[in-house]
Amino acid sequence: MTPLLSVQGVTKHYGPHIGCADVSFDLYPGEVMGIVGESGSGKSTLLNCMAGHLVPDSGQVVFDTRGHGPRDTVTMSEPERRMLARTDWAFVHQHARDGLRMGVSAGGNVGERLMAVGARNYADIRAKATDWLGRVEIDAARVDDRPTTFSGGMQQRLQIARNLVTGPRLVFMDEPTGGLDVSVQARLLDLLRGLVRDMGLSAIIVTHDLAVVRLLADRLMVMKSGRVVEAGLTDQVLDDPQHAYSQLLVSSVLQV
Amino acid sequence: MTERAYNFAYLDEQTKRMIRRAILKGLAIPGYQVPFASREMPMPYGWGTGGVQVSAAVLTPDDTLKVIDQGADDTTNAVSIRSFFQRTAGVATTTATRDATVIQTRHRIPEEPLREGQILVYQVPIPEPLRFLEPRESETRKMHSLEDYGLMHVKLYEDIARHGHIATSYAYPVKVEGRYVMDPSPIPKFDNPKLGNMAAIQLFGAGREQRIYALPPYTQVVSLDFDDHPFEPSKADHPCGMCGGTDSYLDELIVDDAGGRMFVCSDTDYCEGRQAAGHKGKDAA
Repeated sequence: MTPLLSVQGVTKHYGPHIGCADVSFDLYPGEVMGIVGESGSGKSTLLNCMAGHLVPDSGQVVFDTRGHGPRDTVTMSEPERRMLARTDWAFVHQHARDGLRMGVSAGGNVGERLMAVGARNYADIRAKATDWLGRVEIDAARVDDRPTTFSGGMQQRLQIARNLVTGPRLVFMDEPTGGLDVSVQARLLDLLRGLVRDMGLSAIIVTHDLAVVRLLADRLMVMKSGRVVEAGLTDQVLDDPQHAYSQLLVSSVLQV
Repeated sequence: MTERAYNFAYLDEQTKRMIRRAILKGLAIPGYQVPFASREMPMPYGWGTGGVQVSAAVLTPDDTLKVIDQGADDTTNAVSIRSFFQRTAGVATTTATRDATVIQTRHRIPEEPLREGQILVYQVPIPEPLRFLEPRESETRKMHSLEDYGLMHVKLYEDIARHGHIATSYAYPVKVEGRYVMDPSPIPKFDNPKLGNMAAIQLFGAGREQRIYALPPYTQVVSLDFDDHPFEPSKADHPCGMCGGTDSYLDELIVDDAGGRMFVCSDTDYCEGRQAAGHKGKDAA
């Protein structure tokens, strides 16, 4: 089976500082990979390198494209990468404001990706947008409201709808539940888990919240100082951490 | 200091060469915004500094100049720019569209079809059609170079979602030769169909934003729309009060304190021509 995404030796330096160093892994279709670590451990750098927002200093990010099989997205041309970014990829930002157009209605936000790939029928676009608002549990009556009038949890759900409307195969998520209160987090996680299962999505989730990876991720990588210190099945890593840092991370979670 | 102290058409020759290069590049890549080193002009930004520089660069002593502002030859902007070129270039001026070789315009395209050999110069306030959707210049340039124009339709989508129809009525975005999305300057969308396949050269100058773009003769220009909400050029549904014309773009005038109003052609030359030919509207004296 061809991996959907194959990352080999990705390294990114910020001047003399290490962003992330020599990260390699394979992600298979339908798999959810969690990346955990403390602030500054390089998880967001790694995610941005994979999603094409940053250019890694070295290494390959090979994506199994629909048309041409496995291609290295680092050396691919910018138009091709942008096309991937709005069809097969999705990127959920930590802050919904970064991923949404705040001055554009909810329907327009969801429809943007459709229009970017050539949809030119207003009624179709609107029907799809309304359908997706329903799927992320936003009342269809709010399709013409701007996201500024939405709560934090709704904004995050809207961002997810906007990303998934073109039926991507790979979703990058950067702290999708950050900044939300726990009950909203729980609902969002429940929603995400349902969507990932139903659509057969592959996902890479960066978070410092172990509960998120416990619920969503099949596999887990623990990062520290830009390097992967431990990787394995989620339950295995969380229940029996081997590396000293993983042990610290797991034991730092407050048991209520 | 006499007017003779100025070079022909105010700008020095090197500046005109620089602007002509930008114009040629613009003509070679229709719809592409060419950066140019815009000069300080003796008028405020927003009064047509870009158009004036383009006109200065294309004027020759044999040209006949017409300047229109919102279709009219007798408004402040039109009068001051016309007298500016009378003084600094000494060229002949006219108000008749058919007699002019260079027409500088703000917000309108003349009703009378232009012919080969004429040049239409537009004053452009904001050349970037994506500006109000994407504030970063670095990003809009990238979007143009990658033909990443989905955002433009988001604006039209918003219009329909909010108003039930495409409410953008001026500066209506167009696609040029299937490639660049272009802001046609704030002309009413009634004029959009005239942009395409025009016999005259169309030049667009934005002074403050330092951009020149152009449409060579007979260029394909398509107004953006949706399949189920097609582009419609719109105008006030009245005949002209002065000349009775029904096919020209109209201005609405409030004529008394009792809510009385009349509609007249915004193109004064067209209206006067029709009146001289014996056409009369219901409000004509």
